Amino acid sequence: MIVGEQKPLEEIMNLLGDARRVLVAGCGTCVTVCFAGGEKEAAILASALRMKSKLEGHPMEVDEVTVQRQCEWEYIDPLADRLKDYDVVLSLACGIGVQAMNERFPDVITLPGLNTTFLGLPEEHGIWEERCQACGDCILGITFGICPIARCSKQLLNGPCGGSQNGVCEVNPDIPCAWQLIWERAMKFGQVERLLEIQPPKNWSRSRDGGPRKIVREDLRLPEEE
Amino acid sequence: MSEQTNGYKSGSNLEKLLRAGHFVVTAEIGPPQSADPEVIRRKARLLKGVVDATNITDNQTAIVRMSSIASAVLAMQEGVEPIVQMTCRDRNRLAMQSDLLGAYALGARNLLCLTGDHQSFGNHPTAKNVHDLDSIQFIRMVRDMRDEGRFQCGDEIKGVRPRFFIGAAENPFGDPFDFRPYRLMKKVAAGVDFIQTQIILDIPRFREFMKRVVDMGLHEKVYILAGIGPLKSAGAARYMRDKVPGMRVRDEYVERMEAAVAGIPKEDKKARKEAWEREGIRIAIEQIQEIREIPGVAGVHIMAIEWEEAVRPIVEGAGLLPRPQV
Repeated sequence: MIVGEQKPLEEIMNLLGDARRVLVAGCGTCVTVCFAGGEKEAAILASALRMKSKLEGHPMEVDEVTVQRQCEWEYIDPLADRLKDYDVVLSLACGIGVQAMNERFPDVITLPGLNTTFLGLPEEHGIWEERCQACGDCILGITFGICPIARCSKQLLNGPCGGSQNGVCEVNPDIPCAWQLIWERAMKFGQVERLLEIQPPKNWSRSRDGGPRKIVREDLRLPEEE
Repeated sequence: MSEQTNGYKSGSNLEKLLRAGHFVVTAEIGPPQSADPEVIRRKARLLKGVVDATNITDNQTAIVRMSSIASAVLAMQEGVEPIVQMTCRDRNRLAMQSDLLGAYALGARNLLCLTGDHQSFGNHPTAKNVHDLDSIQFIRMVRDMRDEGRFQCGDEIKGVRPRFFIGAAENPFGDPFDFRPYRLMKKVAAGVDFIQTQIILDIPRFREFMKRVVDMGLHEKVYILAGIGPLKSAGAARYMRDKVPGMRVRDEYVERMEAAVAGIPKEDKKARKEAWEREGIRIAIEQIQEIREIPGVAGVHIMAIEWEEAVRPIVEGAGLLPRPQV
């Protein structure tokens, strides 16, 4: 899932500037699951903004709404009528939701209330870890199900760097060395020889380096109306 | 191979000495964090005639310094053969190849292909890193430029090819330990000619690593230069033991450095420094003598970081002067 983290209140206040009427828009999918931008967080943030703006002597009117998914037109379209009542929308969705709102409702500014952090999972309650970089050319099939693009600090494809020690990364002892994990998996399955083949330079053009990406599936497109 | 290199891959002094079976000595110069050429010239003069070639580090520990290629040219002007270090951290494959063409055109003949320390260690921790290639892909690219006359994309190099003697690093003390000899094997398969190891302060483990390397026959395919890092003080030894990722330092070295200043009052900083330096040099000499006897070791690489003055007494003390001429 997409994991996000709320921006500091101070930064949000600065972004809101002189806005008097603010709609905090939560999202009911990924950011709800990671406790960053769902219905509950939207309500807490809205009341924090009301209190803070009042204390600072320029009270804002803050309402909140949460839609199931801010990244799909059908879920955000019903907001259209409400938006004219606000100076600004503060979205607690990921960066995709924020952009969807700006794209669909070009007459109102939607600001981000979260930092979209990574694609990952809750390793345990309260701890999320990155697992995927959406590089567009999945190599998990040759790395025993552990991604060195997302999990090796140097994105190495041919084994660990010299900084791997006692199973952890040189960057931070809280980061497990991805290549240690890959090695252990290869050992477990008795397939170490698969790691001895030289992996050629990666085709980064399928990643963000190739420019913004797009998928077109002709089989799924709806026929244009006459 | 070509006429212009007379049967050698690169024709560098380092390559010729290794091919002739000499026990080689290399050292390292760290470029300054300024545009002062005199720093390189001074360090080069300290090493001239003492070592066979000198590494020029590339923004080591991710701190911005004078370019390794520019510094290598300054070293050559002082009569010292450089080994240009290049990391995958700061350049993509276009910049790497472009710099390789330039370095060769300026006279560099030895290259050390490195992954690079993570930028979080250096003075620009908010920088974007590159790692377009890893060190093994890098080695293969340089080899193909030399032997196939092709750029990484497959296009032909029309005209002069960069013919480098290709080096890489290996850390016998990194984990997973069992993977290390295989990783060296991959570097050999990619086309590496020589290896310089991480600083060795755990000889038994290095011996074990070399045993595996020899059992795999890798020492016959690549020249292995053992890393020697003279200790400057007891504090430096403790720091390397406890703080530097990928290092292993046996307690005996820390204890010897601590004992070296026994009886010298803390206030007498000069005497303590001299005692430490004497002991650090003595340990390095003993290590060279011990490591020389380990099968498969073709030479030593002395990393006297910001202490180039130590190289001459170490090489001399180990009985490795004068350096052979080819």
